[in-house]
Amino acid sequence: MTATQHLRSGPAEQGRSGLPADWGLGRTRSRHGETVIRLLLRAAAGLSVLITAGIVVSLLVPAIGFFQQVSVVEFLTGTRWAPQFADPSFGVLPLITATAWTTLIALAVAVPCGLGAAAYLAEYARPRVRRILKPILELLAGVPTVVFGFFALSFVGPALRDWLGIDVGTFSILAAGLVMGVMIIPTVASLSEDAMSAVPHALREGSAALGSNRMQTTLRVVFPAALSGIVAAVVLGISRAIGETMIVAIAAGARPQMVTDPTMEGATMTGFIARMALGDSRVGSLEYDTLFAVGLLLFLLTFVVNLISIRLVRRFRQEY
Amino acid sequence: MTATTTSRAQALPIGQHSRERSPGATLFLVLLWASLLVAFATLVTLLVSTIIEAGDRLDSTLLTEYPSSRPEEAGARPAILGSLWVIGTTAVLAVPLGIAAAVHLEEFADRHSRFNRLLELNIQNLSAIPSIIYGMLAIGTLSLIGVQNKNIVIGGALALALLILPVIIISTREALRAVPREQRQASLALGATELQTTWRVTLPAAVPGISTGTILALSRALGEAAPLLLLGALVFISFDPNGLLSGFTTMPIQIFGWTNSPQAGFRELAAAASVLLVVILLAMNALAIIIRNRSQRRW
Repeated sequence: MTATQHLRSGPAEQGRSGLPADWGLGRTRSRHGETVIRLLLRAAAGLSVLITAGIVVSLLVPAIGFFQQVSVVEFLTGTRWAPQFADPSFGVLPLITATAWTTLIALAVAVPCGLGAAAYLAEYARPRVRRILKPILELLAGVPTVVFGFFALSFVGPALRDWLGIDVGTFSILAAGLVMGVMIIPTVASLSEDAMSAVPHALREGSAALGSNRMQTTLRVVFPAALSGIVAAVVLGISRAIGETMIVAIAAGARPQMVTDPTMEGATMTGFIARMALGDSRVGSLEYDTLFAVGLLLFLLTFVVNLISIRLVRRFRQEY
Repeated sequence: MTATTTSRAQALPIGQHSRERSPGATLFLVLLWASLLVAFATLVTLLVSTIIEAGDRLDSTLLTEYPSSRPEEAGARPAILGSLWVIGTTAVLAVPLGIAAAVHLEEFADRHSRFNRLLELNIQNLSAIPSIIYGMLAIGTLSLIGVQNKNIVIGGALALALLILPVIIISTREALRAVPREQRQASLALGATELQTTWRVTLPAAVPGISTGTILALSRALGEAAPLLLLGALVFISFDPNGLLSGFTTMPIQIFGWTNSPQAGFRELAAAASVLLVVILLAMNALAIIIRNRSQRRW
């Protein structure tokens, strides 16, 4: 890349135009000051690589310290999580089951509601209605997660207990998951609306010409055509649900246990990290390193999920 | 019905009288409405229930008093000032860097190079990494340079700046991409250099889009608690933070702290501070949405 940099002559090398590289009318040689500024700009862009490297290093180094004392197999398969007890145990499965439950409950709310909202906005709403409804939906994304957590604890939990008669305690996976689901609705809705809006009109018109009504067109033509974008939206929703911290830290409880029932309380991976950060464990102690082992697991999980989502988004963007 | 259906928003005349009104289709539409309703109803319930819980604590004491062990006297003054310091510093760190990176990627970088494609993938991925991971990055970095007390304004700002940097880069790139090529070509044809073109033509034209993205990113940082929790920001601060090295707490952290307290009075305080924070954030979001809607220029 650096070798070709000097040979470039104009703005057209950006490739967006499809014009030949020597099309440019720009100066053939930049002024010295401009070269410096360009280098600064490039450094700013390169910083993101540094951030990723920083994340990997700052998680990996303490995590390696942890795994020298606790075997990876014990970590991944153990069913008792008690890093701070006199008789410590480092099985991460209780944290994973709690995370899986909150994520599943959140998706059970966010996917149907998000897709329903997206389908309405993309297929049914008149432009004026859409211009009003979409921003209101987006406002939901502006509510801080601390407030969502407080809402789960002070309203949703009691409402489940008193109005629906579900036997939940003060803290429950269920209340946290439901509220987290609502928090994720805008994410799912916005991405899948983009995907549905990108489906060409000709497909809808063809469907209508064959005598389908709007529901049939939406379900049998638009949905399948927008599927990869919709899946990407759902996958991004999964990533957000796995990584969400404050809602579960406030409303899901702190007791790490194998969660078999959503009315139980439980500690998720992020919930554990948040709670652990509140205590004062010595830097370099096994307890402290535990934080990073869980952090590394969280990072790897969301990393894989994000890559899948990005790949799917790219695919649907290129299709039409 | 054939060629006249130019907009999908227009009613399909034939279907409307027959199949559009079949029970199944009606039920489907009701379900779609219901899914929108879930979101809106939750938003309203959240606001109303929090305001009710806050009760009479929504007063000036909340703004002017320091935290206290007695809930009726406590306020969020250091948290509000702390939030201002941290977000101000975050903006100073993240906004110029983000815009610079976006300008490089959008205007100057060779799009076909493998390195730049990886860079883009990396930024997209960074934008979806859980915020708490950025807190771990910040404590890692601060330990590396030997900072003992990690609960300092610059530490918090660093974590939040890294968190929102990808968001700013992505939205700035979209704003730059929306500026038509002809504008750049005209400037270049007049003899301006590429940088002059970027600085005087492209960037000014992209300002509405950039500010929308920046406001949204900063409002996200303002509501974020998880990374700061790791830096130890959940402390009893009874002074006004006054510099980059000052200890701090922020409003989300203060709310989290009060949520944890068993006394009912603190729950009211948490609710009152939540109302304040939500109002600020919704105002910022609304502003960003208004700017975006106003600036949808047709070139």
